[in-house]
Amino acid sequence: MEYNTEIINQTEIEIVNKKEPGRVRKFFSFISNSKSVLIGGVIVLIIIICALFAPVISTHDPYEMQMSDRLLEPMEKGHLLGTDHYGRDLFSRIVYGARVSLKVGMVSVSLSLLIGVILGLVAGYYGGWLDSIIMRIVDIVLSFPVLLLAIALVAALGPGIENVIIALGLVYWTNYARIVRANVMSLKEEEFIQAARTIGSNDFRIIFFNILPNCLAPIIVVGTLGIGIAIVAEATLSFLGLGIQPPESSWGWTLAFGMKFIRDAPHLSIYPGLAIMITVLGFNLLGDGVRDLTDSKLKRK
Amino acid sequence: MENKVLEVENLRTSFISNKKTFNAVDGVSFHINEGETIGVVGESGCGKSVTSLSIMGLIKRPGEVNADKISFQDNNLLKLNKEKMRKIRGNRISMIFQEPMTSLNPVYRVGEQIAESIRIHEKVRSSKLKNRVIDLLEMVGIPRPKEVYRYYPHQLSGGMRQRVMIAIAMACNPDLLIADEPTTALDVTIQAQILELMKELQESRGMSMMLITHDLGVVSEVCDRVVVMYAGKIVETGKVENILNHPQHPYTKGLIASLPKKGQNNGRLNYIPGQVPSPLNWGKGCRFADRCTYVMDKCLEKIPPLLDVSSEQQSACWLCEEKGGSSFANERGKVDQATIARSE
Repeated sequence: MEYNTEIINQTEIEIVNKKEPGRVRKFFSFISNSKSVLIGGVIVLIIIICALFAPVISTHDPYEMQMSDRLLEPMEKGHLLGTDHYGRDLFSRIVYGARVSLKVGMVSVSLSLLIGVILGLVAGYYGGWLDSIIMRIVDIVLSFPVLLLAIALVAALGPGIENVIIALGLVYWTNYARIVRANVMSLKEEEFIQAARTIGSNDFRIIFFNILPNCLAPIIVVGTLGIGIAIVAEATLSFLGLGIQPPESSWGWTLAFGMKFIRDAPHLSIYPGLAIMITVLGFNLLGDGVRDLTDSKLKRK
Repeated sequence: MENKVLEVENLRTSFISNKKTFNAVDGVSFHINEGETIGVVGESGCGKSVTSLSIMGLIKRPGEVNADKISFQDNNLLKLNKEKMRKIRGNRISMIFQEPMTSLNPVYRVGEQIAESIRIHEKVRSSKLKNRVIDLLEMVGIPRPKEVYRYYPHQLSGGMRQRVMIAIAMACNPDLLIADEPTTALDVTIQAQILELMKELQESRGMSMMLITHDLGVVSEVCDRVVVMYAGKIVETGKVENILNHPQHPYTKGLIASLPKKGQNNGRLNYIPGQVPSPLNWGKGCRFADRCTYVMDKCLEKIPPLLDVSSEQQSACWLCEEKGGSSFANERGKVDQATIARSE
């Protein structure tokens, strides 16, 4: 090209960060800044490994009944956490239950994110009557007790894990819509959005390629927190008999059934409950930590 | 007669505030010739930026753009639909903003952002696209363009970011570049470089440029013609040398008198007393009347139209009508002194 580049003045060249550190190292230094991300991440990682390698980790077949070994105490006859009233190994059932809980948590959160994020983007970007309509729908959904609405939905759709996922997805999107909308409303006044418009971007491009990537941080935070909430909700629905159906096992279902034997075999309720608690704790710590990290990054700016 | 790239006639852009409609830009007419640079000068809040956004079709509702004519080359910008207008934006008319710190999207690499502005308007294969972006980065004087391609905006200094903004604006070889105070946020040494770069690009491409600024120094360096705006109206327009050497309108004189001068070291800078009136309080008379040292009864009665001072200079001041032509020259000295005296 014929342009004259003499005008470059070396004093102006102040590029920060001459060498970017490796991505892996950056990732770990990022994580080590926050203990809660570290602890939460490890817990979540363990649960994911449990779910993925359930057949390897479990000591017994979770569906095999041994009527002679009913309601065994933990550590009895090689059953790590004892057995339930059909003689099924509780540890193996909890390991397999991680699959259900994670599936419900992640898929239902993805579903509600899909609904909430799109509606939030549209409402925040266009404003006006579209915003009013969407936000009134949000208000209406929020005015129901959330779990009651989920129960009603599952009752209408019929029990089963897919329907639980759909019901939870349809119930929990409101939060995401609100958070995204609020972010979009401030982002759309930013100068770089105006700049995107001046280079001829259309609305679709501006919304999904310019605004959305800028509100990913809060979406990730509320999303991870939402997984914990969804896992508890699944446990609740299963506890009420609306969740997964036997012989499949989820933590909530195992917990609910254990209630019948709580005097004689409290471990049947305690361990699935602990599993739920630890998993939700893991996701919450992770979400909190991620929020703190993104916050402190903003402060540093 | 030179070819006009942009022609604006009687532009009125209105907004609504507290249920009152007001014109932030009130009857502005000007044109830009091919390969010409015009400077739009004025204080904050006098409608410079709104004018440029009106031309780009970026005034958001409930703001409204009315004009007798806004034509760009062969297109009537007032009648184009959204899609066609979008194709002109960034492709044939580009814009640079004041704040390079906030005009780039923080989550994308700068190279991708330049590439995006090309991708919107042209179908280019990605391998070619990258080379083109690197050429653009080199063109705007960014060292190590291949490396900078991969940088995020926060890794660049203000001057470098403004260069990236210029690269984005230049990506599709526009015919008109609107620069809204492109150097205001930069320090002085870099200002000069950026102006020089813009001037150079403009000359090498025969592009027209509309430079919005409140810095008369910038105007004298870069522009061919000047439009001085005050309170939504053009108060004076003409060739740079005429305006800077023989300003007719008291407001232009005030602006020039407010420039710090070499050797003038009495510790105080000159300024024009008072403030730009709010669009909601515009009277029927001249809008500069309450700040003007030379105010007459007529000024309070009627808005002065743009009057010919010479064939190349027009001024919206009753003084120009009263005295007319050369006899006004004597009077001018007095006004100058009066304006400066009062501001001191």
